[in-house]
Amino acid sequence: MAKTVFKKTEMLTDVPLHYCPGCTHGIIHRLVAESIEELGMQDKAVGIAPVGCGVFAYKYFNCDMMEAAHGRAPAVATGIKRVCPECLVFTYQGDGDLASIGTAEIVHAAARNENFTTIFVNNAIYGMTGGQMAPTTLVGQVTTTSPYGRNEQTQGQPVNIAEMLATVNGAYYIERTSVHDVANVIKTKKAIKKAFQNQIDGKGFSLVEVLSTCPTNWGLSPLESIDWLKENMIPQYPLGVTKDKGAE
Amino acid sequence: MAKVLMKGNEAIAEAAIKAGCKAFFGYPITPQNQIPEYMSRRMPQVDGSFIQAESEVAAINMVYGAAGAGARVMTSSSSPGISLKQEGISYIACAELPCVIVNIVRSGPGLGGILPSQGDYFQATKGGGHGDYHLIVLAPSSVQEAADLVQDGFDLADKYRMPVMVLGDGMIGQMMEPVEFKRNEPPKLPEKEWAANGWSDKSKPRSVVNSLYIEAEICSEVNRKLKEKYDEVIKNEVRVQEYMTDDADYVIAAFGTIARIAKNAANKAREQGIKVGVIRPVTLWPFPYDTFAKAAGKVKGMLDVEMNQGQMLEDVQLAVQGRVPVNFFGTQGGVIPTPAQILDEIIKMKEGK
Repeated sequence: MAKTVFKKTEMLTDVPLHYCPGCTHGIIHRLVAESIEELGMQDKAVGIAPVGCGVFAYKYFNCDMMEAAHGRAPAVATGIKRVCPECLVFTYQGDGDLASIGTAEIVHAAARNENFTTIFVNNAIYGMTGGQMAPTTLVGQVTTTSPYGRNEQTQGQPVNIAEMLATVNGAYYIERTSVHDVANVIKTKKAIKKAFQNQIDGKGFSLVEVLSTCPTNWGLSPLESIDWLKENMIPQYPLGVTKDKGAE
Repeated sequence: MAKVLMKGNEAIAEAAIKAGCKAFFGYPITPQNQIPEYMSRRMPQVDGSFIQAESEVAAINMVYGAAGAGARVMTSSSSPGISLKQEGISYIACAELPCVIVNIVRSGPGLGGILPSQGDYFQATKGGGHGDYHLIVLAPSSVQEAADLVQDGFDLADKYRMPVMVLGDGMIGQMMEPVEFKRNEPPKLPEKEWAANGWSDKSKPRSVVNSLYIEAEICSEVNRKLKEKYDEVIKNEVRVQEYMTDDADYVIAAFGTIARIAKNAANKAREQGIKVGVIRPVTLWPFPYDTFAKAAGKVKGMLDVEMNQGQMLEDVQLAVQGRVPVNFFGTQGGVIPTPAQILDEIIKMKEGK
């Protein structure tokens, strides 16, 4: 009889993901789902989907879910956690959602040290709307709204969320990871699990920024995208822990 | 319980707590500041949650989260802040979440002023945010009624799974009057099986609180169901108060605090032998069209009085269908009409002006 060597986590539903081929959202979904399952928190989990490529996350995470308005997921999470402290609350947000329209909500959730967990997926572009410039777009990067490459004189410079939130006094744990190779996928899983464990332990606001690819809107093949992330994004967005009150 | 003397804003806050409100999310703006201030003091005493949010936008989305998790929740603001909340209110309406939103209206547009106004009638009753939806809109004319309507508002919100707005004005918020709370203990809340607060009962599907429907047929069906619910509300929940309308030759249409001034004007008119009554919609949505339509068959004219440029006026005209003249008298910018001014308008109408 065949031996089962791998089984998809129960924390993901059985519907096909809508993500483009080569996009790393799927990996990050699995890491979030596995972490919740391994912590035995499926029955208590309430996730908040963003607006952006992750908008359908409520279809994929097999737990109670809410769909938030663009950028407002941290406020929604705050409302849930305050009336349901026993829930394991998490937001899953992209860079347009969190780093642009939702900056106020994420900064103040961190400032209040709200006891929920944020998974922040940074792929340096607006994916769902067709490849526009994001606050995280690199200088010189071509997008549909920076067709000559992001011009730092007129379009500013990338926003480094993990570093920025590390300066917020209330925040408990902030780490930036990537999923461009196996070793980093494993590190990402560890960071996400820690961010959830912090919540279970009542420690407060934890955010993991995960660097992710967007082959479709970057105009690259999946493999080229992996290389592009490694060569271009990591120098701008160095990996590692930017804040960990638990380690202080 | 004996009557206590309270400021309108504080009575609204206490009424909410006594109705089982477990969370309040607000942001400072005059003239409603006593509501969040009172809540910040009282919520910790009743094991509830108070947050002074970073903005009105965040506050209404905290309401979305707490309501979606099944709690009784309230927010309050004043006109410019309510404009900021409209995005969230539209989502709450579509996701069919119960909550109470208090608007202590100040004058506008823009920053306007901090004095009383009724300039948000259109915004409150015709949707306010994007898309096709309604709120139940309750308009108190006294501190006592403000307390009562807040408590009723929570019940209506739960019954229909929709947001309820209590539309007061700076006068209601700031004046002190005796108030007796008709409910002192939270009622037994209806079971909220749809709430997203952990999927513990696996015999039921997991809960998804959502307002995204990409397929046209499904989004159309969602809208159809909302319409069906709104029709039910229109059928069941219209509230209106009539004052001396039985024998009236003229009727004043007014809501909220202005209706009290209108009653004084009606009394003064009767002293002069002019038979005047007042129709005061308590629910601005659903609007008491039938009451006005019936009155239109009996009176010689109507005078609509509002602290705006004529907003409820359009609903009164719609109800009357041109059968009698409908005059309008409005004040704006925080100016409050006097009984004498309203009486003058009645006399003008009687003289056919």
